[in-house]
Amino acid sequence: MTAKTPDLLDPLLNSTRQSHTEAPPAPVTVAARDALLDKFDMAELQNCMHCGFCLPTCPTYLQTGLETYSPRGRIALMKGVAEEKLSLDAEFEKNMYACLGCRACETACPSGVAYGKLIETAREVIEDNKTRQGKTSLMRKLILRNVFLHPKRVRTFGTTLWITQALGLQKLANKTGLIHILPREIAEMQHAVDKVASPSKRKERRRIFIPVVGGTQAPWKSIPKIGFFTGCIMDEMFYETNQATARLLSKAGCDVVFVADQACCGALHAHSGEKSGATDLAKRNIEAFERASVDFVVNNAGGCGAALKDYRHLFANDTEWRERADSFVAKVRDANELLVELPPLTFHKPLHVRVTYQDSCHLAHGQGVRNQPRQLIQSIPGVELVEMSHPDSCCGSGGIYNITNFDMSMDILDDKMVDVQHTKARLIVTANPGCLLQMKEGIIRSGLQGQMEAVHIMDLLDRAL
Amino acid sequence: MLAENLRQQFISVVGKKWFLDSPNELHAYSYDATPLLQSVPDAVIIPVSVQEVSTILHMANEHRIPVIARGSGTNLAGGTIPVQGGIVLNMNRFNQIYEIDEKNLTATLGPGVITADFHTAVEAVGLFYPPDPGSMRISTVGGNVAQGAGGMRGLKYGVTKDYVMGLEYVLPTGEVMRSGGKNVKDVAGYDLTRLMVGSEGTLGVITEITVKLLPFPATKRTLVVYCRNLVDAARIVEQIIAARIIPATIEFLDKATMKVVDDFAKLGLPLDMASMLLIEQDGAESQVVQDIEKIADIARRAGAAEVRMAATMEEGAKLLTARRAALSALSRLRPTTILEDATVPRARLAEMVQEIERVASKYNLQICTFGHAGDGNLHPTCMTDERDREEIERVEQAFEEIFHAAIRFGGTITGEHGVGMTKSKYLHLKVGEGGIELMERLKAAFDPNNILNPGKVFAKRDRRRIVVRQS
Repeated sequence: MTAKTPDLLDPLLNSTRQSHTEAPPAPVTVAARDALLDKFDMAELQNCMHCGFCLPTCPTYLQTGLETYSPRGRIALMKGVAEEKLSLDAEFEKNMYACLGCRACETACPSGVAYGKLIETAREVIEDNKTRQGKTSLMRKLILRNVFLHPKRVRTFGTTLWITQALGLQKLANKTGLIHILPREIAEMQHAVDKVASPSKRKERRRIFIPVVGGTQAPWKSIPKIGFFTGCIMDEMFYETNQATARLLSKAGCDVVFVADQACCGALHAHSGEKSGATDLAKRNIEAFERASVDFVVNNAGGCGAALKDYRHLFANDTEWRERADSFVAKVRDANELLVELPPLTFHKPLHVRVTYQDSCHLAHGQGVRNQPRQLIQSIPGVELVEMSHPDSCCGSGGIYNITNFDMSMDILDDKMVDVQHTKARLIVTANPGCLLQMKEGIIRSGLQGQMEAVHIMDLLDRAL
Repeated sequence: MLAENLRQQFISVVGKKWFLDSPNELHAYSYDATPLLQSVPDAVIIPVSVQEVSTILHMANEHRIPVIARGSGTNLAGGTIPVQGGIVLNMNRFNQIYEIDEKNLTATLGPGVITADFHTAVEAVGLFYPPDPGSMRISTVGGNVAQGAGGMRGLKYGVTKDYVMGLEYVLPTGEVMRSGGKNVKDVAGYDLTRLMVGSEGTLGVITEITVKLLPFPATKRTLVVYCRNLVDAARIVEQIIAARIIPATIEFLDKATMKVVDDFAKLGLPLDMASMLLIEQDGAESQVVQDIEKIADIARRAGAAEVRMAATMEEGAKLLTARRAALSALSRLRPTTILEDATVPRARLAEMVQEIERVASKYNLQICTFGHAGDGNLHPTCMTDERDREEIERVEQAFEEIFHAAIRFGGTITGEHGVGMTKSKYLHLKVGEGGIELMERLKAAFDPNNILNPGKVFAKRDRRRIVVRQS
């Protein structure tokens, strides 16, 4: 291999290049192109003009400085695989799953590349390929297919968690070190889990919250009927937050219904390449909320909201369901989004506290909801909102990323906590359960228990009512 | 792939973590921000010290392995494409600002510092580093220096080359050289610092940079001028300069560019206009106010359809940020976006704008134009599709005509992106055969084995822009 005299733009370059670079083993036979690769959206991949504007917003690129950990790099790799220059192998899989899916790059992208879609497709191709080879990761099978697709099982998970906590087993396990029989990642994250609601308490949930009479005139002629989308994790681990949200909406003059037979939003499935699982869940939710005939479908988890608003894309080849998805999506609102449109809440308990707000990636980058939560926080008497630097940069939670890519997630979290501490805030306010858990973990990791608290925005607002 | 014994030797220099050569890793360093060009290296090495760089270059020179120094890979002329394979030397771990010298108004930093981060750091102590290339949020200062990058403030403040006072760089032999320093006046021998700036990684690898700083301007104001045709805007620019006013920035956007920028940044621009100018002046409050009023007056008299002052500094900053995204935003229109940076003396701007319009219609192409009107540096940008070979051929011919026109008007083939691969066949138009020959002799003095970024700047004349991708 020598540095030749530059004859680079010779049209025969394609072949010359190969002579001194042993490229990755290309398919030897002229076998038919793998149909799986047609799932890649070449036009969208082509839209990336590799300007690199996304790089400074990508948490994993900022951690590593490596192009393979950047959105531009990942798109180039997808293109490489789609064009059969790279193989659909373990390295590609590792690189595609090293992405948090925070979509900060979409906000930064002047070309408007739909990166979120691209990464989901890449993972779908990887998973389909593995299924074809009879390989599926245990985690995936266990959690995504066997738990989240079945609302009852999610409830059982919540109950188990409650029993564990109620019996003090979690504490005991932590004390005795028995906790270490769990994988390191899960052992670490479970510290951050708060006390969950008991099964009997859940049973008491009123199905309907009646609008508070005497509230200011709503901007709508009739009382808006809200179908509350509880979210599976949200409802198991943060039951009280859902109750608080319903209270807030009813105080603001809405009729709130906990719609029966709703299912998980499917976000985790879509992000992990389980498109069929995501589609099944979407159908169940669309049907459930159609039956309930509501004006709005409201949720309080940025991640779920972004997935719900994205249902149309699951039905690209199904006109009937696409139309039903469209009318469903038109009704979906994040609780923050709706609350600022409703008559202002009346707060009776001023909270004299300095807070900082950590954007939920899928609320900010996915749904473009940035100002509304800030507006609501600032409407609470006594609350001082101090912005951290890069509030819309991911905390490292990324759905199940903090379990699947634990070390990277914790590095990102540690940097985030430095930004948080500079604000000298006592409360970190979030708008998504994953972020909330991660920020709680961040407080524990930086030894700030007792000095700092992570709270969901709906709970914060509820405290001041 | 490098031979196994060589791999091991390089790994022993930087450690396993910073030597990359898996298929995905190589693929991710096969491109930069230039359309159509791609070529995989044999290895990517990410050194952290000048000693490591020296050892790597020495070894590469011994074994005649090409070395392509690279920052964030945002250049637009194919400058960091490893077109003959070899080692991509990623300098982004040299990311420390070593010193901000407030007494001498200089800063010394590693080449891997991100340009915008450097701005933030010097501005925190009330100082100012004006060079602001479009990609500054991710581009590195080292990359800016190697490419001789420009930006939007060139009109009043000059460009990167006007700020570099001293350099440390490594030759292919591994020798570590120093040139220049903190002295405002220094005529000791040839100005090797100036020679290194814009040498596109073909002469040495820059490992440390000393730059000049200015006091941060007290205030700034942004003015927006809308015109009903392209040439009015160009005339307004000429008249402002002729009136002896030098604004910090005069940016020009045509209709199509306005539309895509508006789509991205949601600015609410009046899209029935044919072009707009973004004019910014900075300095002492009274002077800024006076200049802006004069400029507004000139614009109105020269036929502007509307002249509007940005209400706040934030609004002004938002407009300029949106303008920085123009190139990438244009790529929303067609799959491939090819832009050039032909530049003319300011007084010929209107003629150049008309010429670009003529060429676009002659070759039946969609060419949008935006750019740094104040310094005559335009960015005619062609929206095309790389899969359409016939159209790409027309694009090539159109740009060739545009380059010839620029030269005819006393301009140059590249104002701020560099020659790299995409303009090497036009270099002779600007510097002449004799100029190229002299440059080649200089190159041989620095890099006799041609290992540093081979295939750039100089090239055979008979080439066309073609799609270079590994098969």
